[in-house]
Amino acid sequence: MHSNRYTFLFAIGLSVITAMVLVVISEGLKPLQEANVALDKKKNILQSVRIYETEREAVENAYDKSVEELVIDSEGEILTNEVVSNIEMKNEVAKTPAERKMPLYVYTKEDGKKCYIIPMQGVGLWGPIWGYISLESDFNTVYGAYFDHKTETPGLGAEISERFFQDRFTAKKIMDGQTFVSVNVIKSSAKVEYSDEHRVDAISGGTITSDGVDEMIDNCVKPYLTYFKKIAGASPQLSLKGN
Amino acid sequence: MAEVIEQGVKMKGLKEPLFSKKNIQILRDPLDDNNPITVQVLGICSALAVTVQMKPALILSLGVIFVTSFSNLIISLMRKAIPTRVRIIVQLVVVAMLVTIVDLVLKGYMFDVSKKLSVFVGLIITNCIIMGRLEAFALGNKPWKSFLDGLGSGAGYGLILLVVAAFREIFGSGTIFGMQVVPQIFYDWGYTNNGLMMLPPSALFLIGGYIWWQRSRNTKLVDIS
Repeated sequence: MHSNRYTFLFAIGLSVITAMVLVVISEGLKPLQEANVALDKKKNILQSVRIYETEREAVENAYDKSVEELVIDSEGEILTNEVVSNIEMKNEVAKTPAERKMPLYVYTKEDGKKCYIIPMQGVGLWGPIWGYISLESDFNTVYGAYFDHKTETPGLGAEISERFFQDRFTAKKIMDGQTFVSVNVIKSSAKVEYSDEHRVDAISGGTITSDGVDEMIDNCVKPYLTYFKKIAGASPQLSLKGN
Repeated sequence: MAEVIEQGVKMKGLKEPLFSKKNIQILRDPLDDNNPITVQVLGICSALAVTVQMKPALILSLGVIFVTSFSNLIISLMRKAIPTRVRIIVQLVVVAMLVTIVDLVLKGYMFDVSKKLSVFVGLIITNCIIMGRLEAFALGNKPWKSFLDGLGSGAGYGLILLVVAAFREIFGSGTIFGMQVVPQIFYDWGYTNNGLMMLPPSALFLIGGYIWWQRSRNTKLVDIS
């Protein structure tokens, strides 16, 4: 039997050595990992406007060529001294809409029409969910959507990151006349007062995740409406300067 | 059996060649006679979860092979110094370190795969095969033998994963490693992919089928349990 002293020293020594090994490896791989995360984000933004590129080069090219980034506030003003990459969505959605700094991505289609991509962040059943939803230039019709999750149940809630679910959002409307009704994720048999163009079939067995998506769209899209009204009223030639 | 081997070597007083018959046996045993999944029935959980496609199954297998072999090696090197009272914790620390390394490397070099495997990489830590081999083998055997045992156990696990994943991917999506193998003409004739194959329970049926096939072929296994 080893003495207590030996046992303690052994445990401390082992911990210190493993910690050092991990620190070295973690620091060494950090630049690569950060590049991957950034690329993944661009890929996801493009997926919300229905561009499904996977190669690094293609993603970077498509993004640089056609996506502009800007930050606005709930008054609809463009905050020129803010950069999208410095904004942590998780912190922003926790604030009241009036205090938020909101990133907006403007995508220019091949035919010159613009799409407005709104980043979203919410909660699912087990952890965070997030995504991007793109609106056509009438600020009403959904062009595409992308959702992802950290730890939703595979086969149930995790289905939100699958194409079949995301494709359901295309051509849905967020406005009913002048009122915001959002796109509601709800089971097909539920009776509601709004028409079919405002609803999307939820995932069976993924109710809480579906509700999370529903709430996330509602919470994240609404604050942008002021800005959309503003530019819809302004001259159509208004150029959007990104950072 | 392990102790017998070690004593046998000592008695002869000879240096054993690296790939002696016994060492090859240690490496080969877990592939069939002593397969961690189908015979020892360990590590079933991840075998159900990551076998929808070949690619994640292969990557996870490689991860497990790396972790089993090196944790066996490290623990075996330290086996005389490890205080018995904290040996499980020591094993966990070593395994967790290796798993974290696998996770970091995947995030750095194979981000897509790492996203797909998500929690399962972290769960390698709790894979019963690893702790089982550390307790049963690495603590009582020399480093090289332990390393081989880890390699074999990991490979035995990987073998089942790949077999199951191959069936699930072919019948569930009509592909192998993402390449179409079921010709389009089949679909034109009315063939459809089997949705059950995409769900975890199908892996259980496949593993059951594998065990059946293995036992009907290998009579040594029949009376064990």
